[in-house]
Amino acid sequence: MPIVYPTKIEMPALDPVERRETWDEVAVGYTVERALAEARRCVQCQDPVCEQGCPVGVPIRAFVRRVALGDFEGAAALIRTKNVLPAICGRVCPVEHQCEARCSVRGRFDPVGVGRLERFVADWERANRANGGAPAVAPRPEKIAIVGSGPAGLTAASDLVQLGYQVTVYEALHAIGGVLRYGIPEFRLPKAIVDEDVERLRALGVDFETNVIIGKTVTIDELLGDLGYAAVFVGTGAGSPKFMNVPGENLKGVYSANEYLTRVNLMRAYSFPEYDTPVKRPTRAAVIGAGDTAMDAARVSIRLGAKETHVVYRRTQAEMGARAEDFKRCGEEGAIFDWLTAPVRFLGDDNGCVRAMECIRMELGEPDESGRRRPVPVEGSEFTMEANLVVIALGTNPNPLIPLTTEGLETNAHGCVVVDPETGRTSREGVYAGGDIATGAATVILAMGAGRRAATAIDEYVRSRAAAAA
Amino acid sequence: MATILERRELTPVTKLFVVRAPLVARNARPGQFVIVRVDEHGERVPISLTDFDPEAGTVTLVVQEVGKTSGLICRLEEGEEMLDLAGPLGQPAPLPDTGHAVLVGGGFGAGAVHPIARELRRRGVRVTSIVGARTAELLILRELLEPESDEYLPCTDDGSLGFKGFTAQLLGQMLDEGAGFTVCYAIGPMAMMRAVAETTRPYRVKTLVSLDPIMLDGTGMCGACRVSIGGETKFACVDGPFFEAHAVDFDQAVVRSKMYVDEERLAVELAAAGR
Repeated sequence: MPIVYPTKIEMPALDPVERRETWDEVAVGYTVERALAEARRCVQCQDPVCEQGCPVGVPIRAFVRRVALGDFEGAAALIRTKNVLPAICGRVCPVEHQCEARCSVRGRFDPVGVGRLERFVADWERANRANGGAPAVAPRPEKIAIVGSGPAGLTAASDLVQLGYQVTVYEALHAIGGVLRYGIPEFRLPKAIVDEDVERLRALGVDFETNVIIGKTVTIDELLGDLGYAAVFVGTGAGSPKFMNVPGENLKGVYSANEYLTRVNLMRAYSFPEYDTPVKRPTRAAVIGAGDTAMDAARVSIRLGAKETHVVYRRTQAEMGARAEDFKRCGEEGAIFDWLTAPVRFLGDDNGCVRAMECIRMELGEPDESGRRRPVPVEGSEFTMEANLVVIALGTNPNPLIPLTTEGLETNAHGCVVVDPETGRTSREGVYAGGDIATGAATVILAMGAGRRAATAIDEYVRSRAAAAA
Repeated sequence: MATILERRELTPVTKLFVVRAPLVARNARPGQFVIVRVDEHGERVPISLTDFDPEAGTVTLVVQEVGKTSGLICRLEEGEEMLDLAGPLGQPAPLPDTGHAVLVGGGFGAGAVHPIARELRRRGVRVTSIVGARTAELLILRELLEPESDEYLPCTDDGSLGFKGFTAQLLGQMLDEGAGFTVCYAIGPMAMMRAVAETTRPYRVKTLVSLDPIMLDGTGMCGACRVSIGGETKFACVDGPFFEAHAVDFDQAVVRSKMYVDEERLAVELAAAGR
């Protein structure tokens, strides 16, 4: 075993007190010196098992070696062969469950900071405008429609345009990026990065059409019919918020995480009245749930001025879904975690605004179908928690719009579009799907992996049809 | 971007816009709405379709100035653009093929009932339209709705035109006198729709109201527009906008519609002060 520096090189971040006041990005990123030092921690295994943990197959060992040698341009080129959104993934991937979980130095030492290095390389590339664009490909005549401009759609669009197809991305909202735009806050993913990645795709020839709701403005059948698309990729995400169906849930000040984050991120309600969309500013906020979205909502509440922000979760820290780094940052910024706690009803004031919630303590019982121990209410443990803003971050269901308006598109009991996981093929010929619409709410990188596999399958499908017609 | 092809002043505070939106016009159905955003700093607001013409590729919107955003829309001129216009959204109004429908429109609702009247008549349903305003000059779009109605009955609060009183009062009088309405559609201010619901309830006339709660995306993503219908939470943007009036929790709908009154007041004041 070679000598390895035992701990990850720290990534500088804004001071926890200071950042309560700002929407600027919290993690500042590695300097060149820190990146070199972290990359040199990699032992360059014979068998790079870390790469098996990457849903899009980034050549991790090779790019880390390029970084260690100071060849950042070479590292960037290697990453780009597999990942079209590296600046985004370097910020939002749950690396502790993926590449870094498999790092061979892990156990004895900290794993190599693959996520931080990917981010460093992508940021270096952005700063140095090193990307020379993709090599020219022979254009193909077929048109491909991508429905939804989130991570799955952007990845599929990138791959297909680079195979020569005429690619149009349809987006229901007025801005491109899907969850990257409306869901993930500025302090975790600056919107300028999303803009740059979209511009890069535009430069490659991808056409973006905003304000088009597929299933309403235009149907899938029309795309494949009159509008002449050879194939459609559906990446519409899991955009339908889950509520708890408990009393008082429709009081003013009770938000779904989707609404709260969309107001703040997409509509910039934190700049109201400079921007016209308002959001309630909490003094005491309570966020229900403990996934990435819950952490985002809690940290948004802190920045909107909450004196006290609670994250309320019916299980424990061990079962939470949040990324380790964001959980840590959320705590640093002052959020209070109430584990084994669940609201049973929301209480309002005379104006119909939420003022408190009645909660009950839980204990963990036998494992349920998810393999996690099932939380069981402790009788008589009810108590009241004051909160004048509540965010329900219990996850989302697949967006039903396309399944409802596309005949013959098979869905499962959860409302997910049924696909062949290897190809994204659905029950409708020429229609492929991937990302949260097929899996239920998951991560950016898994959606990107699905977008990539579907692009490959779409290419094969279109070529085989063209060959058959010739 | 959606170009304004025609702008008409219906009242000092109500404007009609014919907007170029060919994709929206192509698949629009009576009762649906669009989401509009005026400029880069703008809100997303839902607006009912007053008309749509797939051949011309246009939709018609009626906007009444009540706050900052509606004020900004009302000040747009012919040839200018609405930055974003997305739709058609919501479920089309459920329409019968037989019977006698009474349509009640108040304020901007006098426009929004128009496509419903036209489609009902096309299907052979008899249409009575009751349209209300404070006074005769504020009664809008008679020229649009009257030709699509078998019976057109204006109401004014001051009696300057037609029936003197509220639309729900005239409706109640007609029901008392045995009008054989088989279905009622009401579009307009919440107070009016609520009054219509209470009027038809004892007569058990199936009544549908078009709810327009605060919306954000308009595609079922956020739940801002949730309403209680028969004790069940629904999203007005994807499940509605039409709901069985007698099952609507109007108390809650009124409270939720006032969620941002303070913010709206501030925005209007700042806009008036030129920011």
